[in-house]
Amino acid sequence: MTDPKTKLRRTMMFVPGNSPKMINSADIYGADSLMFDIEDSIAVTEKDTARILVAQALKSIKFHSETVVRINHPTQTPFGMDDLKVILPSKPDLIRLPKVEDVSEVELVAKEIERVEKENGWPEGTINIISAIESVKGLYNVREICKHPRMVAIALGAEDFIANLKTQRTKTGIELYYVRSQILMAARDAEIQCMDTVFSDVKDMEGFEHEVSNSRDMGFDGKSVIHPKQITEVHRLYTPTDKQIAKALKVLDAYDDAQKNHKGVLAVDGKMIDGPIVVRAQRVVDQAIAAGVNVEEKRGLA
Amino acid sequence: MEKQANKILARSATAGFEEKNDVLITVKPVAAGQGITVKLVSPVQRQYGKHMEKLIMETVRSAGFSDVNIEAADKSAWDYTIKARVLGALERGMKA
Amino acid sequence: MKNAVGREIPEVIPGIKNKRLYKGEFAYLPEKPGAARKIRVGIPHTNKVLASIDEAIEKTGLRDGQTISFHHHLRNGDFVMKMVVERIAAKGIKDIMIASSSLSPCHDFLIDYIKDGTITALESSGLRGDLGKYLTVNPQALKKPTIIRSHGGRARAIEAGELHIDVAFMGAPACDRFGNATGRQGKSAFGSMGYAMIDAAYADKVVLVTDNLVDGAVYPYSIPQIDVDYIVPVEAIGDPEGIASGAIRITKSPTQLLMAKYAAEIMEETGYLKQGFSLQLGSGGASLAAALFIREKMEKNDITGSFGIGGVTGVFSEMLKDGLFEVCYDAQTFDMTAVKSIAENPRHLEVSASFYANPWNASPIVNNLDVVILSATEVDLDFNVNVITDSNGVLMGASGGHSDAAAGAALSIIVVPLVRGRLPMIRDHVQNVVTPGESIDVIITDRGIAINPLRKDIMEKLKGSKLPIMTLAELQALAYEFVGKPEEVGLSQDDKDIVAVVEYRDGSILDVIRKPIAD
Repeated sequence: MTDPKTKLRRTMMFVPGNSPKMINSADIYGADSLMFDIEDSIAVTEKDTARILVAQALKSIKFHSETVVRINHPTQTPFGMDDLKVILPSKPDLIRLPKVEDVSEVELVAKEIERVEKENGWPEGTINIISAIESVKGLYNVREICKHPRMVAIALGAEDFIANLKTQRTKTGIELYYVRSQILMAARDAEIQCMDTVFSDVKDMEGFEHEVSNSRDMGFDGKSVIHPKQITEVHRLYTPTDKQIAKALKVLDAYDDAQKNHKGVLAVDGKMIDGPIVVRAQRVVDQAIAAGVNVEEKRGLA
Repeated sequence: MEKQANKILARSATAGFEEKNDVLITVKPVAAGQGITVKLVSPVQRQYGKHMEKLIMETVRSAGFSDVNIEAADKSAWDYTIKARVLGALERGMKA
Repeated sequence: MKNAVGREIPEVIPGIKNKRLYKGEFAYLPEKPGAARKIRVGIPHTNKVLASIDEAIEKTGLRDGQTISFHHHLRNGDFVMKMVVERIAAKGIKDIMIASSSLSPCHDFLIDYIKDGTITALESSGLRGDLGKYLTVNPQALKKPTIIRSHGGRARAIEAGELHIDVAFMGAPACDRFGNATGRQGKSAFGSMGYAMIDAAYADKVVLVTDNLVDGAVYPYSIPQIDVDYIVPVEAIGDPEGIASGAIRITKSPTQLLMAKYAAEIMEETGYLKQGFSLQLGSGGASLAAALFIREKMEKNDITGSFGIGGVTGVFSEMLKDGLFEVCYDAQTFDMTAVKSIAENPRHLEVSASFYANPWNASPIVNNLDVVILSATEVDLDFNVNVITDSNGVLMGASGGHSDAAAGAALSIIVVPLVRGRLPMIRDHVQNVVTPGESIDVIITDRGIAINPLRKDIMEKLKGSKLPIMTLAELQALAYEFVGKPEEVGLSQDDKDIVAVVEYRDGSILDVIRKPIAD
């Protein structure tokens, strides 16, 4: 079984939890994770039926992607605990907590998960948690939140966060630079994954590419998406190019060679290769393999 | 599945929408002894009508009810959706 | 008796003379030399222009029991058929057969004329709308079952003398006083007159109905004056909105786009997307959207194509204009962008239905086709395709050029969603066969792709592909996991309840359409 803290999570596609039509076809677009939402996209009067619909869907459809359910906040709303009662027995892979501000909220949900796992005889860690930081308060507690043992990923919820900052979204993304950096640091400190926020203008593929490239370069593991065409784009940007793969293989081959022949300093293409560069090269190759690329074919292309 | 004690539906209620792949379910309490009756209107009547009626009755029965009338305005819902909407309507029909 | 696609065809079908059963794509050869073009004498300085449709009916001598024909280039904006049938009925003429190249919902008015006995038989590529529903439920309303033919099959039947037309009423967007007509200009311009060309050449009498009688000369002309007996000017031959509204847009549906992408990828991986390839696309949904992805790959790999065949939409005529294809053979033009193209681009060629798809000539252009991408109302485990009835057995589509292109193309691809609403699209047996499984190579659904086992060469080429290749049986099982296995729709077994006979391209009987049993 893949480790939930390190599995490929480049794309998490948003699926409105009260729409059977969207649920029925969610699985065909190749997203790494599917996030069924019973929180903000659901009217207050429909919270009760949406949770039942998602639970029944999870029980009856064998989804290829990882399944995530975004529940309502467990203490800030009257819906969250009921969501857990209905959703947990249907065994999603992850529970996504919105607007997390304190690790106690995560602990509350973790306890519920533990109880249901025991009741059903499921191995511990069957269901885990991804939390979203959507406020400054949450940001200030992010390091502790990330360290909770049930946490496998931390995400940014930009819309609410920016409202909290009293500003607006811009093309450069400068308003989110600090929060993105901080939650990424916290994620790496806790050795969990980090997911970027939704880009809502589906027509602006250029702006989308720009934002995804930036967060990828910052170190983010993936992104929430709201349309199938965004999935293809993110996967493309997160898959190392042939050139990158070939270069990485060169580095790894040189490293192996140095190991075997007890060479000390090693250089590839005139550049000195040390520890971190080898680790990075291995990560490129691992990413490529996880994306389904036949890396052996790329040897010699650099 | 646990068989709960016979429940009595407090009032009429609906769940679901008349939209593609969904079903609008209306549940109504009926006099004791009348049993579970289903009236289904569906674009796939010929292909799945009998199956859907059976599914609705089974879902109501398993939820512990015995005297309920269900009207289903179907728009090609899959089984899990039908079940969810029936359970949703029954739950609403039990709210104060 | 069972035919070669396993369909049970009655020994005797009341009203149908033809007894040949489908034996295979190219099983039958013509036995007779074929019909001749009608010869007649044209007296010098005769004015062909008449005052009204009534006058045309009188002058052509139309009588009870005869056959009239129309083309369907005016699609759902056609006024011609209604104008003509109304006047025929007003004159008390009865028992008329209409052999139209196809029928659209705007022809629903025919129900009234069937009820009053004016129209007693139909031969068409398709039956839709309320008319389709009416005939499905009332098969005995006509004196014999409707004969459904493909575009190529209709051209063959006319040229072989199996379909004899007494009077052809051809809507013409522009026509000169001598009778030379074109579809390229005028307020009702619709582009190619491919289907009209056959009727004009073989009908006993030809009447052009035009809303644009030009004083000078019409050139280039699609119908020559030598085929035309009379011309009737009218206010409008059709509604431009229903004929060709704007440019047909490519679908935005993510499911359709996914299947379109798979189609382009199959073409690439099987090696059919190569320099000089030829292509035919359906007119909507995933089949048209495939153009986007094919174009991307052509530009990326610096590939140009040889020719396209249409049903041409603006999407394809733009590819032609941009030099991605050398020429385009057009039997029917779908939108205004493509109409402009046929009028202006010398590489956009107009061809007749016979040139397009008639299996009984030296070679229709479909014989040279590399790839065709088509849709379906349903398919079955034997790769048979239905495009004429829906899952309830109701007539709502058309045979069109489907079986023609599929038979001719080296790679025939069907795109169809695995489930539509709650109905699985892969049946054990399709309601009605329009294109036999042996013509179909690949079926692409949104959840997987199946290759016809007859094509071991394609299966070989796709070994190791990352595409979701599965068997049709596996795909059907997947659909049943989602929606369960459907109950069969009961069909009347009474031979008097046969609504229509589906003819294959060569005139053999492929299937019969029976009336569904009412609930």
